[in-house]
Amino acid sequence: MTIEQLNKIREEKRELLMVRKLVKEEGEKLAANTGYRKQVLICGGTGCTSSGSREIISALEAELEKKGLKDVLVVKTGCFGLCALGPIMIVYPEGTFYSQMTPEHVVTVCDQHLIEGGEPVKELLYTDSVLEDGTILPLSETPFYKKQKRVALRNCGVIAPEIIDEAIALDAYQALYKCLTEMTPDEVIQVMIDSGLRGRGGAGFPTGLKWKFACSRRGEVQKFVCCNADEGDPGAFMDRSILEGDPHVVLEAMAIAGYAIGSNQGYIYVRAEYPIAVQRLNIAIAQAREYGLLGENIFGTDFSFDIELRLGSGAFVCGEETALMTSIEGKRGEPRPRPPFPAVKGLFGQPTILNNVETWANIPQIITNGAEWFASMGTEKSKGTKVFALGGKINNTGLVEVEMGTTLREIVEEIGGGVPNGKAFKAAQTGGPSGGCIAADNLDVPIDYDNLIAIGSMMGSGGLIVMDEDNCMVDIAKFFLNFTVDESCGKCTACRIGTKRLFEILEKITAGEATMEDLDKMEYLCDKIKKNSLCALGQTAPNPVVSTYKCFRDEYLAHVQDKKCPSGICKALLEFWIDPEKCKGCTLCARNCPVSAISGNVKEPHVIDNNVCIGCGTCLANCKFGAITKR
Amino acid sequence: MAKAKTTVKFQGTLEQEQALREVIEAHKDQPGALMPVLQAAQGIYGYLPVEVQEMIASGLQISVAEVYGVVTFYSQFSLNPKGRYNVSVCLGTACYVKGSEKILEAVESKLGIPSGGCTEDTKFSIDVTRCLGACGLAPVMTVNDDVYGKVEPKKVAEIIDSYMNR
Repeated sequence: MTIEQLNKIREEKRELLMVRKLVKEEGEKLAANTGYRKQVLICGGTGCTSSGSREIISALEAELEKKGLKDVLVVKTGCFGLCALGPIMIVYPEGTFYSQMTPEHVVTVCDQHLIEGGEPVKELLYTDSVLEDGTILPLSETPFYKKQKRVALRNCGVIAPEIIDEAIALDAYQALYKCLTEMTPDEVIQVMIDSGLRGRGGAGFPTGLKWKFACSRRGEVQKFVCCNADEGDPGAFMDRSILEGDPHVVLEAMAIAGYAIGSNQGYIYVRAEYPIAVQRLNIAIAQAREYGLLGENIFGTDFSFDIELRLGSGAFVCGEETALMTSIEGKRGEPRPRPPFPAVKGLFGQPTILNNVETWANIPQIITNGAEWFASMGTEKSKGTKVFALGGKINNTGLVEVEMGTTLREIVEEIGGGVPNGKAFKAAQTGGPSGGCIAADNLDVPIDYDNLIAIGSMMGSGGLIVMDEDNCMVDIAKFFLNFTVDESCGKCTACRIGTKRLFEILEKITAGEATMEDLDKMEYLCDKIKKNSLCALGQTAPNPVVSTYKCFRDEYLAHVQDKKCPSGICKALLEFWIDPEKCKGCTLCARNCPVSAISGNVKEPHVIDNNVCIGCGTCLANCKFGAITKR
Repeated sequence: MAKAKTTVKFQGTLEQEQALREVIEAHKDQPGALMPVLQAAQGIYGYLPVEVQEMIASGLQISVAEVYGVVTFYSQFSLNPKGRYNVSVCLGTACYVKGSEKILEAVESKLGIPSGGCTEDTKFSIDVTRCLGACGLAPVMTVNDDVYGKVEPKKVAEIIDSYMNR
């Protein structure tokens, strides 16, 4: 494909796509030229597909057919970010936002909104998009989206990821063309260095520097470009959303890197748990090859580059760069010591660069808009934006992209809509099993790589799990340790045995069997695991313990000294109690108790024998009078 | 993670063997062929018994020990057959915080088998997964390819019952 052909596609589709970028009047003007009066975008990402968006799409198509509405276009996109409200449906040019759709709702929307001269169906709209006076806000103006700055997620929820022309209409592969025709490989690397982009996968290593280390002897040795799409941190799903919503941005960025370091082969290592992402990547690679945007002599230059997909098989450690490469080589995914770094000796023993999906997603725009543009966003040492996956005890769960330096309070309270059910915010966990907890007193710290480390957590890949007063921090630390014990590859002793012993101490604490000496042992062990493990998995494994022990020491002490779990989570420390004032003697609890720990006569207050009680909570769930409490 | 060998007798068919040989043939000259071959083999047989590992080892001309080493390293490779309906409960962070452990308990008590097990009639099996990336819908469980979001412990029996008579 030549640049003229690429531009031709871009021009043909441009207006159709711009309708989705503009709202109201401007969008309506453009829509008139496109032949489509309305465009209905339905999320086909993992979240909404789980909520049934496939049925919504077929119901809509059937209904439009039935009504003969040929000037309404149905587009299956990637993730919009508000996964908890799926299936999500957006109607352009107005940008109205329907949430939690059912096939019946679709019929209503067709009847009242999509017909000629129709009006939005207010009661089906996303509640935050309808103001008290009845004004309907477009998607981009709602509280969830307004504070966001979408760079990496630019095209997610805008284009149909299975149609390459839609990506091209929004400038896909233009940056690659610019690199190949206007820039030398060294200039490309310099732009990356100047932009200040740091790896979005965890450690935050400067991307440009990584490329520079791998750039010597271009054309003399085989080199590889790898994409880390083995997003294993539980609670993080931005990489999955990018792959599902805008796969071409990753392919283009990898080709740019191939040009910069002198490589003709890329590998994408993606989790097998992400079937939709795998499918979209396969489609995208096939389409790019067909257009000659991957393969031999791209844009008629002497640069050739192709990409192969490799699937992981469920090993968390394979997100570590050396383990990932060993896995692509078809071996047990065990890490190896560095140096030599992958830039010198990586995949199949050849110089290799590896970046994660979100990092790649920033790169074409940095080339197009320049390093200064990117460096103008963010804080002094962390440039650009970061995508966070908001989850846990928060009203708006989903994906948000904000400028670096945004405070946690803005993310949790303004974008995330706060903690549900009037509960108090207790902590936010970032960085997954390698990260730590941020307590309420640090809510106003501007988030960037360095600040998070300073307050005892880390950026990690961007999972952000909110916890409220009902979550026990010792239990959370135990949860993460259980994860690392399971996922430790077993190669080095500090991690294999150390994490197991650390987990056992936490089990003792939550069972109420630990002594103060155990807490000292725990601290000692954390330090040793950190210093002696081979790879980042082990080195960071104690972080959840260290940070919760630092911020919530009183909770640990309550478990150890008072044998109490203040949040009422750790079963062994719970005591159930029947309030004799409230108990009506209905016998329901006694009849349902699996160990017959409850006694009492009909119509008289019952009593729980705590020596027999196993703390299962069945009585609490069954009591109709709210007479049972745990304490 | 320790993996127990299966006690179920191997019942591979000739068609399956033929399909596996084709996969091996297609990948054998590619660098790092073992993983894609194992993934395809698991797709064909549903699991990776020793008999299948031996065929792969001889096809790729590597030792059975090497194949076994890789199979036992990755949690998605299974030495045990799965039930006709595999119930999988997500224990990722977002789901855990929202109480998915109670969901798992409910599934286990409903089916009377522990996580990792398979019912005697091979109809149901249970496993635990780490984050399906559907954190917005936590807690999440899946039955084969059907995803159930925002599950409550008391809904579990109803969901499983709906597969009982299929």
